[in-house]
Amino acid sequence: MAERHLPTQELERVTIRFAGDSGDGMQLTGTQFTRTAAVFGNDISTLPDFPAEIRAPAGSLPGVSGFQLSFSSTDIHTPGDQPDVLVAMNPAALKANIGDLPAGGALIVNEDAFTPTNLHKVGYAENPLHDGTLSQYTVFPIPISSLNARSLDGLEMSNKQIDLTKNFFALGLMFWLYERSMDPTLRWIEDRFKARPVIAEANARALKAGYAFGETTEMFHTHYRVAPAHLPPGRYRNITGNEATALGFVAASRKSGRPIFYGSYPITPASDILHLLSGYKHFGVKTFQAEDEIAAIGSAIGASYGGALGMTGTSGPGIALKSEAIGLAVMVELPLVVIDVQRAGPSTGMPTKNEQADLLQVLFGRNSDSPVAVVAPATPGDCFDMAFEAVRIALTYMTPVIYLSDAFLATGAEPWLIPSVASLPEIGVENRTERAGFHPYDRDPKTLARPWAVPGTPGLEHRIGGLEKADVTGNVSYDPDNHHRMQLLRQAKIAGIANDIPELTVFGPQRGDLLILGWGSTYGSIRSAAERLQATGQSVAHAHLRHLNPFPRNLGTILSNYRRVLIPEINLGQLALLVRGRYLVDAISYDRVRGKPFRITEIVEAAEAALEGKTVS
Amino acid sequence: MTDRAIATPPTAPTPLEPPALSPANQAVLTQLTRKDFVSDQEVRWCPGCGDYSILAQTQKVMPDFGYPKENIVFISGIGCSGRLPYYMNTYGFHSIHGRAPTLATGLKAARPDLMVWVITGDGDALSIGGNHVLHSMRRNVDIKLVMFNNRIYGLTKGQASPTSELGKRTKSTPDGTIDHPIMPLSVALAAEATFVARSVDTHTEHLQQTLERAGRHRGSAFTEVLQNCNIFNDGAWRSFTDREVRDDRMLVLEHGRPMLFGKDRDRGIRLRGLHPEVVQLGVDGVAEDDILVHDEHAEDPYLAFMLSRMFFPDFPVPVGVIRDVERPTHDELLSAQLAAAVEQRGEGDLEKLLNGGETWTVEPDDRP
Repeated sequence: MAERHLPTQELERVTIRFAGDSGDGMQLTGTQFTRTAAVFGNDISTLPDFPAEIRAPAGSLPGVSGFQLSFSSTDIHTPGDQPDVLVAMNPAALKANIGDLPAGGALIVNEDAFTPTNLHKVGYAENPLHDGTLSQYTVFPIPISSLNARSLDGLEMSNKQIDLTKNFFALGLMFWLYERSMDPTLRWIEDRFKARPVIAEANARALKAGYAFGETTEMFHTHYRVAPAHLPPGRYRNITGNEATALGFVAASRKSGRPIFYGSYPITPASDILHLLSGYKHFGVKTFQAEDEIAAIGSAIGASYGGALGMTGTSGPGIALKSEAIGLAVMVELPLVVIDVQRAGPSTGMPTKNEQADLLQVLFGRNSDSPVAVVAPATPGDCFDMAFEAVRIALTYMTPVIYLSDAFLATGAEPWLIPSVASLPEIGVENRTERAGFHPYDRDPKTLARPWAVPGTPGLEHRIGGLEKADVTGNVSYDPDNHHRMQLLRQAKIAGIANDIPELTVFGPQRGDLLILGWGSTYGSIRSAAERLQATGQSVAHAHLRHLNPFPRNLGTILSNYRRVLIPEINLGQLALLVRGRYLVDAISYDRVRGKPFRITEIVEAAEAALEGKTVS
Repeated sequence: MTDRAIATPPTAPTPLEPPALSPANQAVLTQLTRKDFVSDQEVRWCPGCGDYSILAQTQKVMPDFGYPKENIVFISGIGCSGRLPYYMNTYGFHSIHGRAPTLATGLKAARPDLMVWVITGDGDALSIGGNHVLHSMRRNVDIKLVMFNNRIYGLTKGQASPTSELGKRTKSTPDGTIDHPIMPLSVALAAEATFVARSVDTHTEHLQQTLERAGRHRGSAFTEVLQNCNIFNDGAWRSFTDREVRDDRMLVLEHGRPMLFGKDRDRGIRLRGLHPEVVQLGVDGVAEDDILVHDEHAEDPYLAFMLSRMFFPDFPVPVGVIRDVERPTHDELLSAQLAAAVEQRGEGDLEKLLNGGETWTVEPDDRP
């Protein structure tokens, strides 16, 4: 067969969304495309979106699983507002996603799945492929199931097994369309199905069949090319937030000489951190799947008491259960890292969907004044740095530190510039061994941290606990003035961390009309919005908080340098409340809680309104 | 700069084999007495409380283990019992209600070289902390859990506890509790505890021996101490623990010995079908050979469970070691997995870990 020579169109950026049944392998398809684009050198950003049910009924709307990825020849910060291409494996996937496809967008559908039964299941009276309702899109109806089945002829597989490989057909087609090599995925298939050669063969054939279909069909008149991105030089890997978090903790463990003890109870979307850390036993990492959230944090406190790096990880509902024990850690002043991979709530909420609404819970969700340090990564790759930072603060200040990630960061991916081990700072921390003058609640004059005297140290036997401590001696005390002093000391210790963290930097004009202030995973959308507004000559700056308690010491000054301050959050105004309360700044809150990240356009619109002194509701 | 080696605690000694010490330290150790385990804190329990005796017996047995006192940790929850760590001149951690076993689990996992005691009460252990007791026992976490059972909430001033008898009138149950009481030893056995024992606060000699056995057990040791609260539940166990009646109403268990009791040791426990019965030697031809012989090391827990259910007034109350079997401990298994991981994959290499998976290199370029 003679190869066709189609024109290639150069694009700067492409956003693809794969959508199908939760059993269709859409997450895998998206991940494979992401890896390939990343290895090619594109900048990437991903947004997996999947149901909480393991397998909702096939073909139903609640069972639709999606994976959006954006790859680009320029530095990008988000997985894209809207897809350029939607791959819909069945009518449910079409119905659930078509609203996001802009007019003129490309729609690739598995025509075979558009059966009367499937159409009926999601309430289509007519087949949308034929009734003209999709006329504003460029539609490519392709009988993916049957073409794929034919390409697997002769393999000893059931029809059901054959059908399971159709996602690779779709992936192969997309690889052809965007001039991406199949090699990384073929290597992955070989490795993954080593023990099952028939399945490996089937998947490889399906992938190649999809690719060949693109090449031979007359359906596509062009294909597209997205050049490698202009990224800082160095060695990269593709990384999700949960992966980066686990690596950051292992690195911090090495740099502090403290073995990790990770006590956790399974909860979405934090469980992967437990899974990952439990594979690092050769790094001295001890993991413990506890009987509940309270046991998980209790065990971590016990390990810290013994001199290890005690850590526990959970999501919002788990933090609610751990609250009393966090208070204990505040009182006994032991290092502890508490990971909260936030998800949509309240209560069980939407376990697989995104939200950043636990800020007030981790700051104030305990009895009494109970100060803890709080950090929040901004991107999947930043999870590494902030995980490291959480450990540094916990060990330096003998305090619990809350690490606020979220579902979008946890499962989203981006290229990550791998740091060298030598470039990572040492975390100096010593146990008290000197008997002379030892008091359990003496304080380091600089950090206000108390000495870490661990069991097994002769001569330092002492008792700690949740009851109020007498200043210096640590004995139980009900003295009113002592309690007042201790509350102030605990507060001062956390406030003092501000002297040990970087000042907040501003992207854009240092003074001007509008500052957009954000925290956590909204970084990408806000940064992109700020870039767009700056490109149109607007005086708009972006600052992003990675330390939430204490705030960077120059935050107040920065806030005062702008006429207006806009705070977009995926909650109902939690940071805005803090900023208004702390700095008496009339910040404008912009909130969207839909279980999804912000769209760039939403923030642009909110910023334009704010510039005019209005709010967008 | 390279990554630092992870500090590893000294190799885990077990309670059965105390850590190797230099002769000089050994000499110091042998000189340890009860007094060395008394802290400078003033003991504040109600006058006449059973806790005083438990504290005293605990301090007395401590030197016997051959552990340096800095390697011993007492962890407690909330309740009157929760204060005990303050009075021990060892390391101590007075934690939060019901959660002491969780702290002990993490501590023991991180530091297998420590001897860890958990001090708890009937409410702390079986109500708010019930889940943790279950799981620490089934994991065989190497902790010595001592549960003070006075069948009442003392610290919160007299509410019913999970061991309060049905119908018990308290501040929170003025018309009598309608909750069936829990049998602590049955719970411990059901949770697969490898050591289960019972003693009484006022039976000082027996209590000392029982605590010593618990301390020497490698793995989860669950010890119930029947304890009096003279303020809110005075005489909780008097009906069978008082000097005048105890010989007839309590059964002192000894491994390998027939289950005989009574002043003249003329009554015993015989198995009839699946049930125990009290019999009198010499009556209806009952001989000593008919009496059940106590075997605390029996692998199956059936007779141990039967003993855990026997209670006054239907039966004499068994005290002593009901079960003592061996099983690998949680920290041993965890340490073994770590060692095996290093054996198989080599000591973790951070540089390699960070550079794992698929990587690619971006070269410096001249693009604007």
